Amino acid sequence: MSEDTVSIDSARADADDHGHVAVAVTTLDAELIEGPSLATPDVAEYALWLGDDALVLAQQLGAWISRAPELEEDVALGNVALDLIGHARSLLHYAGTATNRTEDDLAYWRTEPDFRSLHIVEQPNGDFAHTIARQFVVSHYVFELYSRLRASADQTLAAIAAKAVKEVDYHRDHATQWMLRLAQGTDESRRRMITALSDLWPYVDEIFRDEPLIDRLEGIAVRPSSLRPAFDAAIAPVFAEAEVELPNGFVASGGGRIGKHSEHLAFLLAEMQVLTRAHPGASW
Amino acid sequence: MTSTFTPDTSATADISVEEQQFNDLIEADSRIEPRDWMPEGYRKSLVRQISQHAHSEIIGMQPESNWITRAPSLKRKAILLAKVQDEAGHGLYLYSAAQTLGATRDDMTDALIAGTARYSSIFNYQTPSWADMGSIGWLVDGAAICNQVPLCRASYGPYGRAMVRICKEESFHQRQGFEILLELMQGTAEQRQMAQESVNRWYWPALMMFGPPDDDSPNSAQSMAWKIKRHSNDELRQRFVNMIVPQAAVLGVTLPDPDLHFNEETQQWDLGTIDWTEFHEVLAGRGPNNAQRLQRRRDAHEDGAWVREAAAAYAIKQTARKQCARTEEMASK
Repeated sequence: MSEDTVSIDSARADADDHGHVAVAVTTLDAELIEGPSLATPDVAEYALWLGDDALVLAQQLGAWISRAPELEEDVALGNVALDLIGHARSLLHYAGTATNRTEDDLAYWRTEPDFRSLHIVEQPNGDFAHTIARQFVVSHYVFELYSRLRASADQTLAAIAAKAVKEVDYHRDHATQWMLRLAQGTDESRRRMITALSDLWPYVDEIFRDEPLIDRLEGIAVRPSSLRPAFDAAIAPVFAEAEVELPNGFVASGGGRIGKHSEHLAFLLAEMQVLTRAHPGASW
Repeated sequence: MTSTFTPDTSATADISVEEQQFNDLIEADSRIEPRDWMPEGYRKSLVRQISQHAHSEIIGMQPESNWITRAPSLKRKAILLAKVQDEAGHGLYLYSAAQTLGATRDDMTDALIAGTARYSSIFNYQTPSWADMGSIGWLVDGAAICNQVPLCRASYGPYGRAMVRICKEESFHQRQGFEILLELMQGTAEQRQMAQESVNRWYWPALMMFGPPDDDSPNSAQSMAWKIKRHSNDELRQRFVNMIVPQAAVLGVTLPDPDLHFNEETQQWDLGTIDWTEFHEVLAGRGPNNAQRLQRRRDAHEDGAWVREAAAAYAIKQTARKQCARTEEMASK
């Protein structure tokens, strides 16, 4: 073979040098696979809450790629989506240990009522301002959540949160910077940013609602309502700097945690699951 | 290597000192750097090649991003997303390399969306099947690697260095494409059929990626003399075929060329006749997806204009605020 050709075998050696596709992205961390713990049914349900949020949001952001306002944003939104798929895989893998199902069984073979995602992650991408508003809310919430989940009595959840929180910190910063740019940029961008925040705000309340499951997971799960003060404190200075009032309007009824979803989810799942479901039993 | 083109690299009475230095650097296989003097033709030729390459990366995101939301497993979704994201990154490095030659990103973007700039025609083909993610990785990225690995030694420094990083990532891309096809070929009858059908569609277009035959390639000779390009189109095409024939055997797919055979004398795989009519049709804008690819890029650019304007306005306001704060601070002292 001449010096200029690259064979499949030599490509194999290069794969670890790859900038973005670290092995961690394509394979699950060893401790999550080999770990001794099987999730209890309640822990599995909680892992679905968090895993489905990450999965649905990753699916939404994946649709931006090749359509972003600038190439740097194709890269940035792609990075965020990749991190979220990583979180979703870890969480769904763990949830699946309770019922002997794989991450893909859970992602591709559950129907809408079995999903546990919040309505806010199901809201459509809209324009860039809507995507940023959604990212702003969700990444601030998830950052507070994972920061506390690191201390969970459940070792696996604690390990996943410890790894993910560093990535979500970047997502939070990315969304905050854009929120400021759009709110303080031009008249048009300000108008769009304010509209997006007002469109998204009805879905914020659901994030912080406690369900009976949380009572059964004391010390393991993070109580959603306990995150609200930290969330409010974190977003207030950004709204102040952006010179935008906190939206104050409808509160949507929610219900994602008990399988009652927005009308958007079914379409999102139909697209995500279409190929897999056309080939039952196939591996990819 | 021989070439029918004779570059003017000899010292003559009317050649400037700078030009002589440039010729010496090329002759010595050294790198030309942005601040070095270079002939206008060399600069133009590089801007053309690098920006076309950048545009190809950017347009090349589309046929694959088509499957991100439908990837059949979460692992495949992650890999595909990472791959398409790499392509955006490659586009960015390459635009930067072209900028070192005086081209502006705005001009290059405008030329792309106006349809006046070229990009690799391969991305005007469609991806109706998941197996196309495999074929693009294995055949299209495989062909790109054969083209691009020699470019790591291109005489222009920023281009060569960008290519080193790009090639590392491309080799990963080729491997993941091969793995997609391998998994399909080891799967159900429907999956095997999906893989074969896709390879049948991509094989010939991949061979055409090396460009027209050597005796019909107008820009090649000068590029080779300047050591921007190191091997001829036909040489690279042959190298690619030699590489993929054994890989096709490992996969268990057939290559759709009944005339493909091993030549004992040359120890190479001789291929059948390439139908260049199709190549010229696609090049002339009559490919399956030329219009759609440009429309998507134009839409992304136009839909995102208000966002870029907002970012620019915000940056100006921030600078003004900082200056204002500094002035006030000075005044209060």
